Amino acid sequence: MSDTRRIRIDVPALTRVEGEGSLKLRIEEGRIEQLQLSIFEPPRYFEKFLEGRSWREVPDIVARICGICPVAYQMSAVQALEQAFGVTPSPWVQRMRRLFYCGEWLQSHALHIHLLALPDYLGFDSAIAMAQDYPEAVQRGLRLQALGNDLIRLFGGRSVHPVGARVGGFHHAPAADRVAALIPRLEAARQDAFELTQWCAGLPMPEDSETFISVALRHPDDYALCSGRLMSSSGLSLSADEWDQHFREFHAPHSTALWALLDEQPYLVGPLARLNLNSDHLPPPVADSLARTGIRFPSSNMFHSMLARALEIELALHDALALCREYHLPERSHEPVTPKAGVGYGMTEAPRGLLWHRYETDDDGCIRSARIVPPTSQNQARIEQNLAASLKRFGLEHDDDALRLHCEKVIRNYDPCISCATHFLTLDVTR
Amino acid sequence: MKAPDLRPSIAVHKFSSCDGCQLAFLNLGEDLLALTQRVRIRHFLEAGLDDPDAEVDIAFVEGSLSTPDEIARIRRVRASARYLVSIGACATAGGLQALRNLDDTHDAWRDAIYASPEFIATLAHARPIADEVRVDFELWGCPINSRQLLAAVSALLAGVPPIDQRDKVCLECKRTQQVCVMVTEGKPCLGPVTRTGCGALCPAFGRDCYGCYGPADNPNTASLARRFAGLGLLPDAIARRFLMINSAAPAFHEAGLIARSQGESQGESDE
Repeated sequence: MSDTRRIRIDVPALTRVEGEGSLKLRIEEGRIEQLQLSIFEPPRYFEKFLEGRSWREVPDIVARICGICPVAYQMSAVQALEQAFGVTPSPWVQRMRRLFYCGEWLQSHALHIHLLALPDYLGFDSAIAMAQDYPEAVQRGLRLQALGNDLIRLFGGRSVHPVGARVGGFHHAPAADRVAALIPRLEAARQDAFELTQWCAGLPMPEDSETFISVALRHPDDYALCSGRLMSSSGLSLSADEWDQHFREFHAPHSTALWALLDEQPYLVGPLARLNLNSDHLPPPVADSLARTGIRFPSSNMFHSMLARALEIELALHDALALCREYHLPERSHEPVTPKAGVGYGMTEAPRGLLWHRYETDDDGCIRSARIVPPTSQNQARIEQNLAASLKRFGLEHDDDALRLHCEKVIRNYDPCISCATHFLTLDVTR
Repeated sequence: MKAPDLRPSIAVHKFSSCDGCQLAFLNLGEDLLALTQRVRIRHFLEAGLDDPDAEVDIAFVEGSLSTPDEIARIRRVRASARYLVSIGACATAGGLQALRNLDDTHDAWRDAIYASPEFIATLAHARPIADEVRVDFELWGCPINSRQLLAAVSALLAGVPPIDQRDKVCLECKRTQQVCVMVTEGKPCLGPVTRTGCGALCPAFGRDCYGCYGPADNPNTASLARRFAGLGLLPDAIARRFLMINSAAPAFHEAGLIARSQGESQGESDE
């Protein structure tokens, strides 16, 4: 009776995506009857906490949305409030924000590749187990992650919920000798990162192509992190205030995170989407590294996300090195800010993808309303769509463990804010 | 024959939180591998280890309790752990999300944000771990750092109680020879009432402490609130200083509500 095999896969703890999530998969008679990515992290109501708060408090509050990408939340927020108040950050501030942000890309991507994703491909439960057979690979990842954390500390004092960012710039400019001390480490790390890219490119990845829309920032001069226009592979080019003309958020009953669609279509944000839209902006050494892998972008294979993350580590190191070499102490580390009533929008590229904020302020600069659209909620519809199609290509006839692992790998490609745990799927199989 | 594994075991559990305090483990860098030589990690979802009901010597708990399911889960964690250590502001005091406790606004907020609020199962209040189960030791901070964490692990492994650092940020600030931002610049610094442990990061950057490590021992919040008023802060702004990261920690909670009520009575007398 093998053709009547019924499979139910429940993922009770796909943690962190603005928190906790789960996956439900039911296959009956060779057809997917149910496939739901549910996010049930208890809601934490940040948009409500922000109401009535002073503009000065916003960077400290929004950081607490995510321990892994607090810099992204701070950078989108200060950008939005600067627009509301008509403040233009100095060129020094803009460059240093990029440096600060490079630190977050570096630590978050290194954490994801080594501690969360790689064990899938090398057949381990965890990076801790993997470290016994692949000590150099794990140590390389931890070194890159530590360097990213140190870059964040330079401006933030600490890497989780850093305290240095403010509307107008930074509270503090780091001393030149502290910046100079990072240069040799950044130089050494570039070799590590190059090897990481080549190693990732050599891992056996499924051939798993499908059509999807990529959405990311694009800037005329560089690989966009915290400036530029929102672009899509379907041809859109928008400023942050035009968001609502094309994007729609809604509440799916099986989730506590809001979903988002672009012109009623699922879409992808994150490293692969960025690289798909910006590969021509990779600096020459990083472009060379990509060329040596023989893999071309744009890519329609979601399993190239890990390679995209590795290349972005190389990019972050390249840019951080250039910014550290030209570092000088500024006359002042932030512009004066005069709060006023207004509306401002911010969008930057969090490690996991586009992070959009909108604030309305009153005369004193207190927040009247806030809206935040994080990357993982944008990717949710796309993850479900990808899972259904990818499972069919993979073959529903595979045994339950193989199906579960395949689901986990697909989900981890998106690095849903803590793609967490190698074993987040438990099986409940009925045959 | 394989020798029995004599390493003490630990677990890391997450409740409602941002995941930032578990990063005190994952940000240890190569020390993480050294730690795993000394202890056996049985459960730590983010690191890929999934055995929530394993009997362990130390369970570290991040996050606050905010759903009925989390209440059931923390009881199981308590039952399977010799020592339970809560880590971070969410676990020790409810965290930032405890702001929703203040005005019993949870239901209204939920209904404003979600189109189908009937699917959102949450408790009206976000609560600290010690509200529900016995906690052996607390590590305060938003976030905690690796230094605090390793000190606690080392002490517990050595069989001695960890040292509870309850001094004020001011002492740490003086030891690192920072210039006082309140005295010299008139900034409303919470350092005089906030627990040490962060390294006095904010004053070192020329800004005022915002209390993310929670109340220190014997915090004189009333006096500090008067000082803030002297610096020109209105009651509402004073209330916001106390009611932020650790709004449900009793000392800050009380100070914040007193400032708020003063604002309300002033508002009435203005009318």
